[in-house]
Amino acid sequence: MSTVLILGAGSDIAIAIARKFASRGYDIQLAAREADRLKPLESDIRVRFGVDCSIHAFDALSFSSHEPFFKALEPKPEITICVFGLMQEEDLAFEDFDEALRMIQTNYSGAVSILNRVAGYYSRQKHGTIVGISSVAGERGRQSKLIYGSSKAAFSVYLDGLRNKMYKDQVHVVTVKPGFVFTKMTEGLKLPAPLTASPEEVADAVFKSVLNRKNTVYVKWMWRWIMLIIRNIPEFQFKKMNL
Amino acid sequence: MKKKIANWGNYPAIDAEEKSFIFDDQLKKLVAETEYFIPRGNGRCYGDASLADFTLSTLKYDKMLSFDRERGILECQSGLRLDEILKVAVPAGWFLPVTPGTKFITVGGAVGSDVHGKNHHVDGSFSNHIIEMDILLESGEIVICSLSEKADLFEATCGGMGLTGLITRVKFGLKKIESSYIAQKQIKAENLEEVIRLFEQYKQFTYSVAWIDCLKKGKNFGRSILILGEHAIREQLNEKQIKDPLLLPRKKQIQFPFNLPSWVLNSLTVKAFNFLYYNKNLKREINNVVPYEPFFYPLDAILHWNRGYGKTGFIQYQFVLPLDAKDGLIAILQKISDKGLGSFLAVLKVFGRQESMISFPKEGYTLALDFPVRKGLFEFLDELDKIVLQYGGRLYMSKDARMRPEVLEAGYPELSKFKAILHKYNPSGKFRSLQSGRLLLTKN
Repeated sequence: MSTVLILGAGSDIAIAIARKFASRGYDIQLAAREADRLKPLESDIRVRFGVDCSIHAFDALSFSSHEPFFKALEPKPEITICVFGLMQEEDLAFEDFDEALRMIQTNYSGAVSILNRVAGYYSRQKHGTIVGISSVAGERGRQSKLIYGSSKAAFSVYLDGLRNKMYKDQVHVVTVKPGFVFTKMTEGLKLPAPLTASPEEVADAVFKSVLNRKNTVYVKWMWRWIMLIIRNIPEFQFKKMNL
Repeated sequence: MKKKIANWGNYPAIDAEEKSFIFDDQLKKLVAETEYFIPRGNGRCYGDASLADFTLSTLKYDKMLSFDRERGILECQSGLRLDEILKVAVPAGWFLPVTPGTKFITVGGAVGSDVHGKNHHVDGSFSNHIIEMDILLESGEIVICSLSEKADLFEATCGGMGLTGLITRVKFGLKKIESSYIAQKQIKAENLEEVIRLFEQYKQFTYSVAWIDCLKKGKNFGRSILILGEHAIREQLNEKQIKDPLLLPRKKQIQFPFNLPSWVLNSLTVKAFNFLYYNKNLKREINNVVPYEPFFYPLDAILHWNRGYGKTGFIQYQFVLPLDAKDGLIAILQKISDKGLGSFLAVLKVFGRQESMISFPKEGYTLALDFPVRKGLFEFLDELDKIVLQYGGRLYMSKDARMRPEVLEAGYPELSKFKAILHKYNPSGKFRSLQSGRLLLTKN
């Protein structure tokens, strides 16, 4: 059976994605910085779904380790899902460039570094699917998501470009923009329920988009229209807004 | 940020800050930095047991750690829900050793409430099937306990309402089944005398419970439907069922869309419901083979059925009386019937013997009924408490939102021992709930 690699496997969304694919019979490779933490999840996936599951140490910020990391994976995954990301306090990131850099390097540089290796392999073997979990925050720059949003914008544009580059090699690239999600990260926030997805809904959307070879997907349908409006507000107006 | 939370009875509803964790290190950090809190699973206890200003939700801590398919032993984190266990266990030929009337509870909750099911007289309560468990104590240390290791902690945790610490891992035994079906027998009883006689007559059945009409007076006082069951063996299955004997029932759920206005429930509508429920069985006795879902979890098919009691919520009152206290049972039912305060579902069951420190079950009759929260209800329940105590009975803490500390003390003879163990493992009262404060189990 096919194998799915999940990069950044310690989040609610990653766990839901892993379980979704495992429930459809895929073997799972879980990769995260603190791999030992994933042991309960590894057994959970084996016990519940009877598929193979393995854990792998992976640090998005350790660029030089990415090539050996991917080389060592056996078997090679047919589907690679890049879930990791970092969202810090924007005020902190504005004051302290190290914080900003960590976000930029996690959300953009780290993703590019590993996905270039994966994409290179897929293009040589002429098949494979890459999924990037990006963000609606990357669609237009605004003050409350200054660094996070711009790093996700860069990631989204990278995924677009990669999709274009890989097309001739039958490698498919999916961009997923979840919008608000009820996760551990957002549990202190008051989120509007109709616009907020559960991790399981994100996982369903990811699974369907891989199956149907979608390009860019939003999880809750309303986000497509909300972002259409936000993208089209004239800049002279937008710059005065408090978003 | 605080949000409104309530347990299944929707009473009380409070503002609380709820945090969750996926990994052990996150849990330990939260425990260290939160001054006081109560662990909370799926919020299916009825009253204020898992409510506090701060709660730690175990729902993301839901991993299955191992499953021995030969011996039927499951090991999991405490936030795993029973419905998730059934999905894995049933196709492998195993069933929950004990299950309450909803599958939407967590394993941690099952231990903390030491839940019982229709098979209590045969299989005991949930804690009887635990092999060992891990508990995170106030000190931040995770310790293993069982009947033979830290037995005091083990005993005080089973039914201890989450006050000894946060259960992290539970290893317990499952029940072998040949099919996912239940061979069911339903018998109509014309009154309380008859249903009690029938319980005795059919006590060899693994599963037994009776629905009872509390509003009927005169010669039909306590008319009931006794529901009995056994896990069906293959020979009992029909042609269609035998094709896949361990089939998981298909999901058929409807949702109760909104809170009913509280005036909808009155003695007239409840009488009508009871009439229909009793008379839907035309014959005195029905025997059939049904999937396990409608047998064990009839109400799970209606998500949010608790909304039927309106947004002011309801109290589920559950007590147990010793077997020789039939008069007490009659006295209580009489009082309810006189008051006209019946509920849709009043459930009667016979408990078998059980030695436990703080768990609810003990040998006798247990009756559970719902009362919508109204003016005068609490005074009425105080009167019922008196009868329960007078006949040597006690109340179930998982259903409770209002009993007085004296009632708990009088009902649980080993309460002082329980308190001493709490003092040993939870000395500063870091683990505390609204209920534990109200019942003077912790100093809030």
